[in-house]
Amino acid sequence: MTSVTLPALGSVLPELLLAVGSLVLLLIGAVRGNRASGTVNVLALVLIALAAVAVAVQGPEKVVALNDAFIVDGFARFWKILALVGSGVAIVLSREFFVREGLDKFEFPVLVLLSTLGMLLMISANSLLTLYVGLELQSLAIYVIAAFDRDNPRSTEAGLKYFLLGALSSGMLLYGSSLVYGLTGSVNFPAIAAAVQGEQGVLFIFGLVFIIAGLAFKISAVPFHMWTPDVYEGAPTPVTAFLAAAPKMAAMALIVRVLVGVFPGIVEQWQQIIVFVAIASMAIGSFAAIGQRSIKRLMAYSSIGHMGYALVGLAAGTEQGVQSVLIYMAIYLATTLGTFAGILALRNGNVYVDRIEDLAGLSRTQPALAFFFAMLFFSLAGIPPWAGFFGKFYVFSAAIDAGLYALSIIGVLLSVVGAFYYLRIVKIIYFDEAKAPYEAMTPTLKLVLGVSSVVVLLFWVLPAPLVGSAVAAAKSLF
Amino acid sequence: MEIGLVHYLIVGAALFTLGVLGIFINRKNVIVILMSIELILLAINVNFVAFSIFTNTIAGQVFALLVLTVAAAESAIGLAIMVVYFRNRGTLAVEDVNLMKG
Repeated sequence: MTSVTLPALGSVLPELLLAVGSLVLLLIGAVRGNRASGTVNVLALVLIALAAVAVAVQGPEKVVALNDAFIVDGFARFWKILALVGSGVAIVLSREFFVREGLDKFEFPVLVLLSTLGMLLMISANSLLTLYVGLELQSLAIYVIAAFDRDNPRSTEAGLKYFLLGALSSGMLLYGSSLVYGLTGSVNFPAIAAAVQGEQGVLFIFGLVFIIAGLAFKISAVPFHMWTPDVYEGAPTPVTAFLAAAPKMAAMALIVRVLVGVFPGIVEQWQQIIVFVAIASMAIGSFAAIGQRSIKRLMAYSSIGHMGYALVGLAAGTEQGVQSVLIYMAIYLATTLGTFAGILALRNGNVYVDRIEDLAGLSRTQPALAFFFAMLFFSLAGIPPWAGFFGKFYVFSAAIDAGLYALSIIGVLLSVVGAFYYLRIVKIIYFDEAKAPYEAMTPTLKLVLGVSSVVVLLFWVLPAPLVGSAVAAAKSLF
Repeated sequence: MEIGLVHYLIVGAALFTLGVLGIFINRKNVIVILMSIELILLAINVNFVAFSIFTNTIAGQVFALLVLTVAAAESAIGLAIMVVYFRNRGTLAVEDVNLMKG
């Protein structure tokens, strides 16, 4: 029997912090009840910050721990920071909303922490076992928080739908895993990668398709996107902000690691699938969003479309492609969190609104909020010089360098369609008849909105930190 | 007749297909969907254990144990969500899960 050595535990320190910390917070909550929810919120943020520090101080070298089931490399560390940022900001945004809605319960930050732990495990997965357990830990916590407003029929319906479709998708992922395990004789990624070279049999491709289907569900890529609009609309807004940000990072990390890191020997086989999924996601994301009236539902279609663009980079299957996915997702994270902070600012007393017409004439009643919204929507639409343009630029140039001309042309055309509905919102904000003003933004909302707007507005001034770390992260995968 | 790997895989595939069909064809009750999900997970376990025996590796059986554990957690959460849903709507009929559409 091999003993667990200290360096091995050092590489799982962020996960250990979150695991032990969330149990301690659960105990605090259980002893002190909902009076403790403020404390638990703050402590949860402290834990996430500590975990981020623990990730940041890990060396750049590749470490494999826990019987090869767990890997820490530059790629994992990049995604972990993104996932932790997404979860932390979601907790920051949630507190005030839940206090006003009378839902101020200590369970929310604890569930977010557990879900984040699952994400970190997914990102560091080096075997099908870690992949499955991490994915389930992440999803189970999210099923619960989607139904967190338990007296609201829409929220519980969102939870129910997400649970049923999520369970089906993890079933498909597992069936695929079982076939891949059976045909390669191992659950460890390096062993699978060594066994999978060249042309594969039908059964193996079957397994691969099932695994891709399970993962595509988690990033809400077409044709596994059906749950997204309903869950985004029904769940409480801070939960939607969380759903749109952190889990997408973890699932995209996993999809890149599985396809590029484990199946590099059969690029031709999975490339066709990813090209199809990318085109379908961009198309649905662009066309179905046009008729929406709810901003949250619109953001759901927007996120489906953005996942499609990110997959364009993955379809290239090259190191440059992986870099572009990393950059795209980082920019998507900043933009999405900012947009949801803006949506949470649309409030009169305890009434939160989320119809698009509620934004009408915002530029006259609240010019600052209107300006931030416009920045973020320009970035989502991919208009230069906002960050979203550079994200799309990197993704499409990676696809063109890999010879995927048709995919790039279709993608650019669809992004023009997508720009229509983002610009329509900017038009509503600036040129439509003004409504009654909303309450002034709270400091936390101002902070999140401000930081994310500055990031998307000034990315072109200083792209080096993000691009440099994405280049280093992508290199560690090849 | 020798019972080989293929036979186990066919049983697994048949159960898996039944589970998936149970989710899509069933138009009556959400609880039936939960049962279908359990069926899917058990079909996968048949696959894992059969592969574990025939490839002579232990990982498949470990995987099957973990799947059982996660399946238990999953049905607990699923039933809890169904209870809060039933309190709000007073029904668990599949055709009534339609507050949001579009």
